[in-house]
Amino acid sequence: MMRPYTPKDNVQAKAYYTDRFWVAPRVPEEPVPEEGVYAEDLAAVKACCKVLKAYIQRGQLVIYINPEDNFEALKVLKEERWYEMLSEMSAVDFLAERGGFELFYQLLNLNTAKRIRVKCFVEENQAVESVNPLFRSADWAEREMWDLMGVKVNNHPYMKRLIMPDDWEGHPLRKSYPLEGDEFAQWYEVDKIFGKEARDIIGPENRDPARIDRYDTERFARLGHEVPRGAPAEEAEKSEETPVRYQEEEGVFLIEKFSPERSKVLERRK
Amino acid sequence: MAQHQVNYTQSGGLPVALTTVDKILNWGRSNSVWALTYGLACCAIEMMASGASRYDFDRFGTIFRASPRQADLMIVAGTLTKKHAEFIRRLYDQMTEPKWVISMGSCANTGGMFNTYATVQGVDRVIPVDLYLPGCAPRPETLQYAVMLLQQKIRRESANKSQKPKRLV
Repeated sequence: MMRPYTPKDNVQAKAYYTDRFWVAPRVPEEPVPEEGVYAEDLAAVKACCKVLKAYIQRGQLVIYINPEDNFEALKVLKEERWYEMLSEMSAVDFLAERGGFELFYQLLNLNTAKRIRVKCFVEENQAVESVNPLFRSADWAEREMWDLMGVKVNNHPYMKRLIMPDDWEGHPLRKSYPLEGDEFAQWYEVDKIFGKEARDIIGPENRDPARIDRYDTERFARLGHEVPRGAPAEEAEKSEETPVRYQEEEGVFLIEKFSPERSKVLERRK
Repeated sequence: MAQHQVNYTQSGGLPVALTTVDKILNWGRSNSVWALTYGLACCAIEMMASGASRYDFDRFGTIFRASPRQADLMIVAGTLTKKHAEFIRRLYDQMTEPKWVISMGSCANTGGMFNTYATVQGVDRVIPVDLYLPGCAPRPETLQYAVMLLQQKIRRESANKSQKPKRLV
């Protein structure tokens, strides 16, 4: 769905983009038709496990099931209904609202080009069964889901963190995880390479890109109060103001006075 | 046997140049700064362009080596993630003395725009840096200038004294 067009004339005088957080409209949910491919798919799933909710969204069938039934449901869909490709699977963080995650498995039937999304809701520490025996593409997807969201998966052949380092603590894609990292993350490389005792020497990370230390004379010079590089900062506090000496007055080379006659003013913007 | 009479004082000076050991060692070091092939992100593209024929790092004696044992210079070209931090330290430790580090680009200098949990906020938290090269990404001319500045720095150093520990942060 495209965002409605707003005229963008005179945008500098009037802000046309006012809503700070754009709330996406809900995609309408339609009932599953009585007959057709999706009706047969839904009947096949209903025959093997309990279906909590089913609807059509954007022409795709969405089925909610219990998390215990995920392997059975996907097996039926793969072997009886030929949804042979798991194109995507992951989890969505609903910890704050509902105390758990919503898992989704996006399936594709290569013969009919139909897609089904199987969804289930797991509690925070509830484990789900691995679907890796059915779909090899679930291998890394489940590892990533464990790594970044912390959803446990049972009977996975190689359950290991996929993206973060093996000794990492926490699951960074949870909404409760701070973007700049918790204490473990902020000191990770220092603790690992130099040990915790090096924290005092190295110091905390600078997370403020505009930070300027006014006592740092290694990297910054106070304009008008210059001191030699690395000189103690107290010297700069005491020092008299450095006079500006222009080139014309036998001062610093290239520091010359502004003369309007020698400057060129453009008639119009190029 | 033919006798050649050579009179150096009359025909243009003695074939002798006077210099110091420092100068000749630093002349050799600064004109053969072999760099480690160490591209981490998009800055690596600019580093490759600097090495290729248009900008031609070979003129400065900077040849990219694939082994830290043969490298004098580490150009940290790109974003250093926390997962990779231990390996950059290991590669730096494996380089033979004397060794230098250029931190190339905003990400290597300060973490750049990646103000996140997974990025090291400046490689100087892990290895000592000789030269910080700003830019996102720096153009090959800028990297050339950085290498030339590093050559000047090497020429100013005392060649035979043991490397004093550099400031870590």
